[in-house]
Amino acid sequence: MIRRRKLAIWLLILGVLHAIVLCAGFFAPYNPVEQDRKNPYLPPMRVHFVDTHNHLHLRPFVYAFQLRPGTFDQYVEDTTRQIPLHFFIAGAPYRLLGFLPARIHLFGAGDERIYLLGTDAFGRDQLSRLLFGGQVSLLAGLLGAGFTLLIGWCIGAVAGYFGGWQDDVLMRLAELFLALPWLYLLFAVRAFLPLSVNPLQAFFLIVAVIGAVGWARPARLVRGIVLSAKERDFVRAARGFGASNIYLLRRHILPETSSVLLTQAAILIPQYVLAEMTLSFLGLGVPEPVPSWGNLLSNLQQYSVLVSYWWTYLPALAMVPFFLGYLGLASALQERADPYKIERRSLGNLA
Amino acid sequence: MRNCPATVARCRILVRLFLSFSALICSPAFAQAQQNNSHEELLQIPGEIGRPGGRLVVSLRGEPKTLNPLIAADARSREVIGVMQADLIHINRATQLTEPALAKSWKISPDGLIYTLVLRKGLKFSDGQPMDADDVLFSFRVYLDENTHAPQRDLLIVGGKPIAVSKIDSQTIAFQLSKPYGVGERLFDGLAILPRHLLEKPFQEGKLGQIGSLNAAANQWAGLGPFRLKEYVAGQRLVLERNPYYWKSDAKINRLPYLDELVFLFVPNADAQVLKFQSGETDMISQLGAENFSVLSRQQNGYTVADAGPGLEYNFLFFNLNDLGEKPSADLQRKQKWFREVKFRQAVSAAVDREAIVRLVYQGRGTPLWGLVTPGNKRWNDANLPHPVRSLDRARALLKEAGFSWATGPNGESTLQDSDGKPVEFSILTSSTNADRSKMAALLQDDLKQLGMRVQVVPMEFRSLLDRVTQSKEYDACIMGVASYDADPNSDINVWLSSGGTHLWNPSQPHPSTPWEAEIDRLVEDQMSARTFDQRKKLYDRAQEILAENQPMIFLASPDILAGAKNSVGNFHPAVLEPYVLWNVEQLYLKNGRESPAR
Repeated sequence: MIRRRKLAIWLLILGVLHAIVLCAGFFAPYNPVEQDRKNPYLPPMRVHFVDTHNHLHLRPFVYAFQLRPGTFDQYVEDTTRQIPLHFFIAGAPYRLLGFLPARIHLFGAGDERIYLLGTDAFGRDQLSRLLFGGQVSLLAGLLGAGFTLLIGWCIGAVAGYFGGWQDDVLMRLAELFLALPWLYLLFAVRAFLPLSVNPLQAFFLIVAVIGAVGWARPARLVRGIVLSAKERDFVRAARGFGASNIYLLRRHILPETSSVLLTQAAILIPQYVLAEMTLSFLGLGVPEPVPSWGNLLSNLQQYSVLVSYWWTYLPALAMVPFFLGYLGLASALQERADPYKIERRSLGNLA
Repeated sequence: MRNCPATVARCRILVRLFLSFSALICSPAFAQAQQNNSHEELLQIPGEIGRPGGRLVVSLRGEPKTLNPLIAADARSREVIGVMQADLIHINRATQLTEPALAKSWKISPDGLIYTLVLRKGLKFSDGQPMDADDVLFSFRVYLDENTHAPQRDLLIVGGKPIAVSKIDSQTIAFQLSKPYGVGERLFDGLAILPRHLLEKPFQEGKLGQIGSLNAAANQWAGLGPFRLKEYVAGQRLVLERNPYYWKSDAKINRLPYLDELVFLFVPNADAQVLKFQSGETDMISQLGAENFSVLSRQQNGYTVADAGPGLEYNFLFFNLNDLGEKPSADLQRKQKWFREVKFRQAVSAAVDREAIVRLVYQGRGTPLWGLVTPGNKRWNDANLPHPVRSLDRARALLKEAGFSWATGPNGESTLQDSDGKPVEFSILTSSTNADRSKMAALLQDDLKQLGMRVQVVPMEFRSLLDRVTQSKEYDACIMGVASYDADPNSDINVWLSSGGTHLWNPSQPHPSTPWEAEIDRLVEDQMSARTFDQRKKLYDRAQEILAENQPMIFLASPDILAGAKNSVGNFHPAVLEPYVLWNVEQLYLKNGRESPAR
């Protein structure tokens, strides 16, 4: 029971996090590519309830920022101007879940602008970019992992079930893929592809590239399970009754691999999110101005940004809860799967 | 061997003692006498009197390829050669005017065809050998020799004929031109005088190209510049030492340069250069980016940073206007139809927010730009060039006149389409290593989106970008920056002329492909033989106006020249011309008199 509850908690946490990113348009106050050229590198605004005269306000507010005269990136808080936060306010149009046209945002400030996580070099709201960037990075991770598992599952099943030369060829190929330095391979593959691609094409390119290089490990795991499963008595019995290969695989063998696949997915997704971030960080991923967690961080390659604007590090923190969630999920899945296996194996030994 | 450095150090201390002693008792009369005794005519230059000795460390963007001015093509080699060699007549980087150098005086004949230069007396190369008119004759023979392939050769061919050089006496040389040359005596700037006693033999054997490598022994080459080669450590540094025979002195007749040693550290990365400067490993830094400049100015300790004002670098956007015949894809052909439309280019120019570029890319340390000659070039800047303010309405009107229209896209945004109903989409190439230009591209992308154009920014490694633009010519548009090396607009002649290799939007044309390019060609040819500055300026101003009208280059902005130096460095006066901080290297000195190289 405890195990099951643990699993449910991790699933709930991940579900909430993903729902926030999925509904980025609602939670983000602005369009992520909209430039506010008067406010580059504006630091995060603090939300206040108490003003400088110690008056309590029920509606939270932020103080406006003003450029320090003679500078271009140094701001001071102007405590004479309060910008109240409004909730469920109409703002920039967006599409909820990608298709529902909507205008309502969780919070906003009408005609004034508020930047809770500061702005980047072009005055774009970092909070909005972070949320929309999460859509790109997480979707790349999910699709990439799905793609990898699909390939790995098919190849592993074929190799394990048929054995013989198919097994030899496929497993040698898998070993070859394991031996490849995959990060450099990603660079090489991305460098050979056309340079001028629109963001959508670039996105699917990345998904295909990171998905295609990682199939070897899940394929080997699946093969091992298929190999042991196909020698089980009930499988032999079914074969004896004249079941076809397809039926055996579908009905008896592949269901055995489900727990391994789920655990693998929970491990691979954060890995692939990281791969997308690496590619985008190095300028090989989704092109500007479309945000992704990787290209939000790519500004930090400049020394001046690194030492001057601390809030540009925040996107790096955003992925931490996601990674924790996925890793927690993976260990919960493993705990659920393992004792089951041990029990069965010990039973088998007794028999 | 072990004792050697100690002895050298002791000698140097003695020399320094003697120098400071002589500086103390030196009266002008005494100096004059000393000068007459040695038959030397030192060039006295004004400026703060420094104290001799010490070592100055600066960083260099990478290893120089060679010390041989005949084959040097990269900026790093030229920077080092600049402090090791000297020219007959020099352009003062601060005043941007010519001044005497190895030649103490010169005359130009009334018809503008004969330049007569008189050399300074008692000149010696850095190895102590005397220099006279024969070395000048030899140098120009080498520069003009076709087999040497010297990059300087093109500059010395005026009106299709090489300049004829003849010796009048051991101090006097005459240069005969076949046509008057508008640039005048500025053409002598940067032409190093070569040591005949060392190079005559290799020249006759055709081996000049092999001389001057960094690994060669220091005695293989000699120059007339303030410093000479001392030591080279591959991948790390190049150490130069004071040339004791240098021909300049300060106002008190102390022979320059003040410094004992000048060290170039090889630091390939701009950010690493900033770190080295901050940690005190280097004494000066130049070519600072605006963001690094503000980092340095925020935490000043022990150093000062200086904004020398707008420089000569111009950044611009240009479209692919090459005549590619049948070669390009249908896609590029369709795009070129838009690019060739002058109203399209004018509309793009009208939509560019140049103020935002200056503010967001250069943090205010730059100037918006509408022409090739930057405001930093005070003598040549055309004050009458129109500076239209940004106007999206004007841009839309221009596009409408040219047959473009707007449609509502799938997501409710308006997209621009051409007369055939095809959406206007193109990509802009930019150098991936240049953060400033990548930022400009991102701003342009947003500006043009407001006109309904869909623009992709494609960052590319600089060399492959250059290859695409000048060789394969498969691109839509490109953002680039060029820094003129001299204030005279003739230094950009290959950008102006339609036959030029850096006439980027359509390079190396056999015949000018448009009437306005032919007109610019004619104006530039005319100013070559125009004799007065005013005539030349008028012709260049007209050429700029034609450029502004036709917008083959959409000028964006020009950054300020930003530099920094430790407070202990004296006579630090950055200039807007290359080499920004080392142009007065002979006058630089260390105020606190640090001990010479501790090893």
